[in-house]
Amino acid sequence: MELSTSILLTIALAPLVGCVLAGFLGRFLGRAGSHSATILGVAISCGLSFYVLYQLTTGAATNYNHNLYTWFEIGKFSASVGFLIDRLTAMMMVVVTFVSLLVHIYTIGYMKDDPGYQRFFSYISLFTFSMLMLVMSNNFMQLFFGWEAVGLVSYLLIGFWYKKPTAIYANLKAFVVNRVGDFGFLLGIAAVLFFLNTLDYATAFHNADTLIGKTLHITSTVQWDAATVIGILLFIGAMGKSAQVPLHVWLPDSMEGPTPISALIHAATMVTAGIFMVARMSPIFELSEGALSFVMVIGATGALFTGLIGIVQNDIKRVVAYSTLSQLGYMTVALGASAYAGAVFHLMTHAFFKALLFLGAGSVIIAMHHEQDMRYMGGLRKYMPITWITMWIGSLALCGVPFFAGFYSKDAIIEAVGESHRWGAGYAYFCVLAGAFVTATYTFRQMYLTFHGKERFKVVEQHGHGHHDEHHDDEHHEPGVLHHAPKESPWVVTLPLILLAIPSLLIGYFAIQPMLYGDWFGGSIQVHEINNVLGKLGEEFHGSLAMALHGFGQPPFWLVAAAFAITTYIYLFNPSVADKIKSALKPLWTMLDRKYWIDDVYYAVFAKGGVMLGRALWKGGDAAVIDGALVDGSANLVQRIASGVRRLQSGYLYHYAFAMILGLILLLGGYWLVGQ
Amino acid sequence: MITLSHFIVLGAVLFCIAVASLFINRKNVIVLLMSIELMLLAVNINFVAFSRFHGDPAGQVFVFFILTVAAAETAIGLAILVLLFRNRSTINIAQIDSMKG
Repeated sequence: MELSTSILLTIALAPLVGCVLAGFLGRFLGRAGSHSATILGVAISCGLSFYVLYQLTTGAATNYNHNLYTWFEIGKFSASVGFLIDRLTAMMMVVVTFVSLLVHIYTIGYMKDDPGYQRFFSYISLFTFSMLMLVMSNNFMQLFFGWEAVGLVSYLLIGFWYKKPTAIYANLKAFVVNRVGDFGFLLGIAAVLFFLNTLDYATAFHNADTLIGKTLHITSTVQWDAATVIGILLFIGAMGKSAQVPLHVWLPDSMEGPTPISALIHAATMVTAGIFMVARMSPIFELSEGALSFVMVIGATGALFTGLIGIVQNDIKRVVAYSTLSQLGYMTVALGASAYAGAVFHLMTHAFFKALLFLGAGSVIIAMHHEQDMRYMGGLRKYMPITWITMWIGSLALCGVPFFAGFYSKDAIIEAVGESHRWGAGYAYFCVLAGAFVTATYTFRQMYLTFHGKERFKVVEQHGHGHHDEHHDDEHHEPGVLHHAPKESPWVVTLPLILLAIPSLLIGYFAIQPMLYGDWFGGSIQVHEINNVLGKLGEEFHGSLAMALHGFGQPPFWLVAAAFAITTYIYLFNPSVADKIKSALKPLWTMLDRKYWIDDVYYAVFAKGGVMLGRALWKGGDAAVIDGALVDGSANLVQRIASGVRRLQSGYLYHYAFAMILGLILLLGGYWLVGQ
Repeated sequence: MITLSHFIVLGAVLFCIAVASLFINRKNVIVLLMSIELMLLAVNINFVAFSRFHGDPAGQVFVFFILTVAAAETAIGLAILVLLFRNRSTINIAQIDSMKG
C-alpha cells in the first residue's frame, strides 16, 4: 500500500492555511486566535509526519512518488509539483515539523509583548510550508521553489524588527550572499537538465550512470567532467544555504532576528537544507571524486575555523551561531566522505540539540530583559533551573559526550572521515578532531559565563517602571543593570526546552543502529561499495552501549575532557587567566575577533566594489552617455541647429521674396544645366 | 521690324524691374502690390506675344483670365492692407516683421 496522497497534501498545506489565517486575518483573529490557528496547522502537520514515518518504518506503506499538478510546460519539458516520500524525506519532515511546532509554542512566550505578533506567526508557518515543499519535492524545480521560498522567509524574519538598522543590514546581507550560492545552484540544475534531460529525481538518479565519461567543453582543450561540474555547482548552492566557508558570513549576522527563528531556521532546518540536498543527490555526487573532495575540504575548513571564532564571542546567540557553522561543517565533511547517512543523522541530532541551545539562549535573554552580552550574566543557574539543566543537556550533546545524541552522530563522522581515503581526508580528519576540542571550549565557556560563577549584573529595583513593548529597544537599560531579578521563563518557553532535551539525550542511542549501520534509508541514499566508509564502521559496531563505552577511550573524548578541564579552571576558579591569555595572544585574538577579516574583505571588495561599479555605470553610462549624449544630446542638437536657422527668419517680406526668387533661379538654372 | 524677341525682352525687363522693386522697396505695401501687378503684366506681354507669333488666340484668352484674377487679387490685397493699417497704424514694410523667428 502506498502512502495516502491526501495525508501528504494535508501535511504540506496545513501550515500554509495557518500562515494565511494569521497573516491576512490576524487583525480579526487577535493574538490568541492567530497563534492557535498556526499552532494547530503545524501540529496537524507534525502528527501526520510522525504517522508517515511510522508507516514507512514498519513497512505498513511503501514509498510515494507521484506528480500531483503540472506547473507549466515548455515544449517537451514539463515542470510538475509532486511528492517523493521515502524514509529520508519522512525523517526530515518529522524534524522540521517537530522543531517548528515547539518553536511556535515557544514564540508565545518570547514574542509576548511584540507588536508584530501575528506577522511573526504567519512567517514561521510560511517557513514550515516552504521547508516541507523543499524536502517533499520529487523534482529539482520544486526543490528550487522551496529553496528560494525558505530564503525569502529567512530574509523576512532576520529583518523582522525592520526599524533596527543592524537587522536590515543583516537581512540584506543574508539575501545577497544567498544569491551567490543560488546562482551556482541554478546552474547546477541547468546542468542536470542539459546532461540528463529531466528534472525528475527518480529518472535523473536512474540515469545518473550515463554521466560517466561525459564532459563539458569549456574550450577546445579544457574539458570538465560532467558529474564533477554538476556536483560542484549544486554544492555551491548548498554552500550559500548551509553557510559553508566562504559563503558563511551571513549566518552570524542573521542573529539579529528574533531568537525563535534563529533556532528554527538558522540552526535546525533551513541551514541544513543544503546537507539534505546533497544527501538526496547522492547518486550524482557518488560519481565524482573531485566534487566530493571539494565538499570535504570546504566542510572541514568550516568545521574548525568558524568554531574558533565562537571562542571569542561575547554575545550568547553568536556563540551558538558559530557553533552552528562549525556543526554544519561536520555534516558537510561527512557528505564529502560519502557518509551521507552520517551527515543526515548528525543533521537530525543537531536539529534537536541546537534548537534546544538556541531556545535556551532565548530563555536566558528573556530573563535578562533582552541583554545578550554574556559579560553581564553569570550565576543564572539558581534563577532558572529548568533552562540551566536543559541547556547543559544540549551542550553535552553538542560536545559529543558519550551517551548523548551528539556523541553518536559526531563520533561516527569523525571515524568515517578517518576511514576515508579520498583526497583531503587527512586534512578533514585533523579539522574535525581539533574541532571537537574547539566545540567543547566555546560550549563550556558559554555555559560557565552564563550560568555559573559570580553574578555580573546588578538588580536595581525600580517601581512604577512600565514594561516595554519593544524588545529591540537598546537604550532601555544600561548594560548589566536589571530592574528586577531574573526569573525562570513561563511554561510555554520551558516546555519546548524539555521536549527538545529528551531527543537530545536519547535519539542517538536508539537511532544510530538503524540509520547508520542498518539499511534504514534503503535506496534513498546510494553509496558505491568502494566509498562505503559507514559500511566498514558497521562491521566494528557492537551496539550503542558498547560504542558509548568505547567512546570514553577515544581521542575525541579526551579532547572534550581537556577542554572541560581548561575552561573549568579559567572560568570558575581563575577568571583573570582569560584576560591574560587574551593579551598574550593579542594578534590571534584580533584575527578571531575580526572573523579572519573575511567580512571586511567582502565589504571592501564586493560591497564597495559593487557600489563603485554602480556609481561608475550611473555617472558614466547613464548620466553621461544615455541621458547626456542620447536623450538630452539629441534635444540639444535640435535646439542648437534651430537657434542658428531661426536667424534666417527675419520677418521682412522682401527677404522672403528674395529667397523665393533666388530659389526659382537656382531651380531653373539647375534644370537648364541638366538640360545641357 | 519688331520681332518676337523684342517683346520677350520687354517682358523680361518689366519682370526684372518688378522683382527689383520688390527687394529694393522698403517703403510701403502699396508699392509691393503694384510691383506684383507689374510682374503679372510682364507675363501677360509674353502671353500676347507668343499668341500672336504662333497664331493661337488661346494665349490672349488667358490674358483676360489673368487680368481678372489680378484685379481680384489686388482687391483682396488692398482689403488686407486696410485691416493692417487699422491694426498697426502703419503700412511701412520695415515695421511689419512679426514673423521674425
